[in-house]
Amino acid sequence: MAFRLAFCLNLNWPGNSRNDMVRRTDIKRYFADQLPKIVLAPSGLIILVITYGFIAWTASISLSSSRVMPIYDFVGLEQFIRLWSTPRWYIAVKNLFIFSALYLSIATFFGLFIAILLDQRIRAEGFLRTVFLYPMALSFIVSGVAWKWVLNPGLGIQNVVRSWGWTSFTFDWLVNPNYALYTVVIAAVWQSSGFAMAIFLAGLRGIDNSIIKAAQMEGASQVRIYVSVVVPMLRPAFLSVVVLLGQIAIKTFDLTFALTNGGPGGATEMPSMFMFSATFERNQMAVGAASAMMMLAAVVAIIVPYLYTELRKPANDQ
Amino acid sequence: MINKMRNFERYGGRLFVYGCLAFLATLYLVPLWVMLITSFKPLDEIYSGSLIGLPKQFTFEAWSKAWSTACIGTNCVGLSPFFLNSLIITVPSVFVSTSIGAINGYTLAKWKFRGSDLFFAFMLFGCFLPLQAVLLPIARVLGMLHLSGSTAGLILVHTVYGIAFTTMFFRNYFVSFPDELTKAALVDGAGFFRIFFSIALPTAIPIAVVCCIWQFTSIWNDFLFGVSFSAGGSSPITVALNNVVNVTLGRKQYNVDMAAALIAALPTLIVYVLSGRYFVRGLTAGAVKG
Repeated sequence: MAFRLAFCLNLNWPGNSRNDMVRRTDIKRYFADQLPKIVLAPSGLIILVITYGFIAWTASISLSSSRVMPIYDFVGLEQFIRLWSTPRWYIAVKNLFIFSALYLSIATFFGLFIAILLDQRIRAEGFLRTVFLYPMALSFIVSGVAWKWVLNPGLGIQNVVRSWGWTSFTFDWLVNPNYALYTVVIAAVWQSSGFAMAIFLAGLRGIDNSIIKAAQMEGASQVRIYVSVVVPMLRPAFLSVVVLLGQIAIKTFDLTFALTNGGPGGATEMPSMFMFSATFERNQMAVGAASAMMMLAAVVAIIVPYLYTELRKPANDQ
Repeated sequence: MINKMRNFERYGGRLFVYGCLAFLATLYLVPLWVMLITSFKPLDEIYSGSLIGLPKQFTFEAWSKAWSTACIGTNCVGLSPFFLNSLIITVPSVFVSTSIGAINGYTLAKWKFRGSDLFFAFMLFGCFLPLQAVLLPIARVLGMLHLSGSTAGLILVHTVYGIAFTTMFFRNYFVSFPDELTKAALVDGAGFFRIFFSIALPTAIPIAVVCCIWQFTSIWNDFLFGVSFSAGGSSPITVALNNVVNVTLGRKQYNVDMAAALIAALPTLIVYVLSGRYFVRGLTAGAVKG
């Protein structure tokens, strides 16, 4: 709809209104016609350079033999081969998969569950929404610091439960290489399940009440209504949540940086941290650039189809 | 009998809903609660092992330490200069990027030309760009501009990388702005800028607030740009906080860590609590097509 109106607007201007207005010279009219493009040109140029130009720049570094400083030679895919034969990168990618799978499913589950609970016409909804979303306003560094304290085995949760009398209770995930990754999941779910909740709640509020009413008339229980009627109708919200949390997961950097700093012993290493340390600490600039290109490819694979369908929607609605 | 069962079912259901919500809300609040009470405890009390209890001895010592004497590396000046850095970085970046986004969004929504939707799509990708893919070139360019390690460099970077988001917010808002109004104004002889400033912009205050809050939160909370492009004294607060916490000398001062984390978190928390509705709109805007 909006598309069509705007299209009309373009056709009518300046044709129809010409008679009502002071006649302009051709040059002036040309300028007025081009004004939107002139206004957008600087931003367009900036975006072109800082997004696409810089990606191309990083790509060219990833094909070079750069170490400390960029060298613009060409060594083909050597750095990518090197990257994929680095055990540390493998660990980072494996960690990312485990982390993403757990983070996405748990955050989606909690987000949906809380949204459904909040949708039961309850009291103090505004307050509760605030509570579930406030972690989203915090920096990942702050939540990393907070969880590091809560989860530390010496004085944190483990100590509290022991002081309650369960003296053999052990919860040392933060320092245990086999479980440290799960502490990152805990902190990340805590931080962003409220985001999933907000999207699901918006989806729930958009559902036609008469459908639920009809199901109630049929005598379906509340649980049944949600499982077989409401949740399937939230498909678009599911897509948004998974895509948006997915791209956050790939970029996860600050949280692991603050919570575990990749440790213990690389147990929570992530591609973003690998990229950072290869580039700025280990003098392997080209390998770092190659890893950045791999991250970009992953985000593109998730985001581009999503943007494509999202941007096409208005056209389909017509 | 049936009525009674129904009642039981209904009240049981309500009880379940409120029970779950209360439990989950407590769970979500625990970290903040622990941070708060820890920051008000003296260190000895912390090491005697009370994570969730109220402080027996209530003190602001950790807060004043975190603010003015905690060590960032070898530099023991507290977080206050870095708090100021973050303000200096955040305020101009938010305003400039929001202003650019407003005029871009208006143009893309109301003055479509051939290829303007494609233009928007290309811009939109910038919202999801993994910054690692542009980190090296930014560092090089900042070096060439002699802006490495300066707050000015961070202002520049945050501003230009904010344009994609701010344009998206305003474009999606102005798409639903009635064309009749712009058309009528055109007939009355108003031009591109006149319509923007006198008609479109005054209606866009709510989305401008959403946009400012979004930009404020993401720039204030940024760590990657801060840690990559700032040095020593020009660091934003997130970087300084990370350094305070990672001081390895002596007994770990958890109370100072928590106070420092709260100082870093306060501005965004306050903005969030005061304007939660706008914050949520900003969050979900990325999920809702224009």
